[in-house]
Amino acid sequence: MSNLSSPVDPKGGVTDHENSIELKDIAGLSQGQIVRKRFFRHRGALVSMVVLAFIIVLAFTSVGVAFGDWKSGGWWQFTWNIAGDIENNGRPTLSLFPFAIGNHPFGQDQVGRDIFAVVMRGTQQSLMIMVIVGSIATMIGTVVGAISGYYRGWTDSVLMRLTDVVITIPVIVIGAVLGRRFGFAGAPVLAIILGLVLWTGLARLVRGEFLSLREREFVDAARVAGARDRRIIFRHILPNAVGVIIVNSTLLMAAAILIETGLSFLGYGVQAPDTSLGKIISENQAAFATRPWLFWWPGVFIISIALCINFIGDGLRDAFDPRQRRMPTDRALTRATFVSEKSA
Amino acid sequence: MATFVVRRLIASIFIFLAATYLMYILVSLSGDPLEDLRTSTAPNKLQLIEARTMLLHLDVPPYLRYFIWLGGIFGFTGKGFFDLGVTVQNQPVNILLAQAAGSTLQLVTIASLVAIVLGLVVGITTALRQYSGYDYGVTFLSFLFFSLPIFWVAVLLKQYIAIGFNDFLAHPQIVWWLVPLLAVIAGLIWMSIIPGKGLRRLATFGIAAAATAAVLIYMDMSNWFSYPHIGIVGIIITLVGAAFGVTAISTGLRNRKALYASLVVAGVGAALWYPFIYYTTGLPFWGWVGSLVALVGVALGIGWFMGGDDRRPVARTAALVGLVAGAVLSLDRFMQVWDDYAQSGRVKGRPIATIGSGTPGLEGSLWVHGIDLFTHLLLPTIALILISFATYTRYSRASLLEVMNQDYIRTARAKGLTERTVVVRHAFRNALIPIATIVAFDIGGIIGGAVITERVFGWTGMGALFQNGLDHVDPNPVMAFFLVTGSLAILFNLIADLVYAGLDPRIRVS
Repeated sequence: MSNLSSPVDPKGGVTDHENSIELKDIAGLSQGQIVRKRFFRHRGALVSMVVLAFIIVLAFTSVGVAFGDWKSGGWWQFTWNIAGDIENNGRPTLSLFPFAIGNHPFGQDQVGRDIFAVVMRGTQQSLMIMVIVGSIATMIGTVVGAISGYYRGWTDSVLMRLTDVVITIPVIVIGAVLGRRFGFAGAPVLAIILGLVLWTGLARLVRGEFLSLREREFVDAARVAGARDRRIIFRHILPNAVGVIIVNSTLLMAAAILIETGLSFLGYGVQAPDTSLGKIISENQAAFATRPWLFWWPGVFIISIALCINFIGDGLRDAFDPRQRRMPTDRALTRATFVSEKSA
Repeated sequence: MATFVVRRLIASIFIFLAATYLMYILVSLSGDPLEDLRTSTAPNKLQLIEARTMLLHLDVPPYLRYFIWLGGIFGFTGKGFFDLGVTVQNQPVNILLAQAAGSTLQLVTIASLVAIVLGLVVGITTALRQYSGYDYGVTFLSFLFFSLPIFWVAVLLKQYIAIGFNDFLAHPQIVWWLVPLLAVIAGLIWMSIIPGKGLRRLATFGIAAAATAAVLIYMDMSNWFSYPHIGIVGIIITLVGAAFGVTAISTGLRNRKALYASLVVAGVGAALWYPFIYYTTGLPFWGWVGSLVALVGVALGIGWFMGGDDRRPVARTAALVGLVAGAVLSLDRFMQVWDDYAQSGRVKGRPIATIGSGTPGLEGSLWVHGIDLFTHLLLPTIALILISFATYTRYSRASLLEVMNQDYIRTARAKGLTERTVVVRHAFRNALIPIATIVAFDIGGIIGGAVITERVFGWTGMGALFQNGLDHVDPNPVMAFFLVTGSLAILFNLIADLVYAGLDPRIRVS
């Protein structure tokens, strides 16, 4: 079929010209390079990376970080827990025309705390919770899924029934029950608890991946060469399943940030004096009519973070999944058609 | 098959029992159930503590107390089967659950249905128009919806949809600049959905924008927002449009018999408009449902008799048009009591409700109560839909794209089948298989998510039952909540497995 100058399938089906573009794109590259190349082609994911990095840097440098009594200062003049004089009725001083930041760009609350500082502190907490939940859930989910998929048999049955038990309870429900018990112990503890609950979906996916990968020839080869089970699982099979794991742990982080805000809203999440974005919103939702900025800014940050992570996850999925093809541009396609016609 | 179902069912029951045990222990250990009494200054503090300990069996450790609760379910406590115990305030949980379950299930069912239908339609159209402006727009929106905290949306909805719209209804005048703005937006949306290039796109834009502007101006001039109606002209236009649209999708316009049958059904629907208004004045709920079924039945009959050799598809098309006719007639009927409802003493001209699941003490016909239900369901349903809509759109888009790249679709095209047949017959049906399972898996999660929605909108449903129980470290109401959500989740998981096996012949259950 390659010597037919067939009309290009308009529905995005796979034609030989597209194949040749795809092949030329990835010729001589390692798997990691291919993934990186595909990821950087996803514009939404790239923009999201930049925005997320900006949010992280802004949140952690502006008001500094605090662990217990130890505190580091930031470049912002106010801190999240000290109330000041209320200026300008607490209204935000941020304006675009003419551009001005002013003393309190996001405004102040009833007692005069600077909302920019409060939101930055909340963002720090939410980001930290997200990372902790993501790493713990990914670790447990991967190990449970890997063991269960690799050994099969009764190990698989026991582990999967355990997963089924946890999955039966809605996340928000078990999160609320555990948050009621451990929420007062601070955000990191809450994050660990949430991580202990959220691993189930990933475990199922990893198990499915392992079930099919363990039948492949390279596993037999490794076994014949005398590799132990642990080496086969972690050195041979796991790197092949890393795409599924990375994509889903990203999406898990986006879910974690929303679950944490939901729990804080219900009152089972982060407790005072600690704060998080969800807690700021739930504290201030009654004030929406009078002080809407107390409500808008934390919401904007939650949505930006969750949106960025979802887009990055989508970009990673495109990058790791070999079946996902982007339609080549018209120009690339005509060039490929031209080249293949000349060679034919 | 039967052994598969039985085995799955038994396994599910054991998993569910384990989950209830875990849940019971976690709730019991989540705090101190006597905390409020310990810190109280009441003189009979010790008696109160003693009484509550006796009432809730607090002297038994949680890992054994569970079996007292389980015994209640199996009827060992002497209060009959399915006794869920009492709350801290000594109210029977069974009664509380019966009150709560209705409103929650109503909310969740309606929200899920709307989200599934909308998500499917939007997902499929985006897949068919892949890489168009419409596709990119919907993709971005679904990511955005997916990232929204539901309570944040809820507060915005309350402010802008409820309060803002109610203010608007008090003086329903559309601001002049809103008309061209909405017209341009509508034009852009239609332009990105309907395929074509150059002039054709411009024409689409022009027609859509002009139609939107005309409708808006008509609504404004005729005081439509105070006295909403469809009217006989609107009904005729809608039904004829529906007849053409449904036929085009279901059998293709070339099937003249189906087209004529649909048009006849549309005519019958339009003719029924006037009688329907009088006939339905004092109608009970089941009478209404019965009339709708009868209408669809008549339409089915018309299709059957006009179908000739190929009866099935014609009858199916006609029945669908009959369903649309019933819906439009009922919608018009609801709209006619709108003014009475909005101006009634209970509602006082602010119809869109922000809180609660019904106006207390409202009296009136089926139609008034229907509108009342609608105005209360509107905001929580939108909030729930926004989130699940995103998931369904993404899944159905991905699923249809996957199918459209299969070889058998290429074969179908190569045979010279029309694009409609390829999409509806070959692609759509196969794309439904994974979607059906995902929808079934999701239902349990939606009920869990409804906890937050109910709290924001002040519904006293199962979410409140759960939260009150948890606040008082009282496992009984929490377990009642979990029994309903958990058993629904397990039931739907089972249904998902069966649907999967039923739809896809490649899957063998053994």
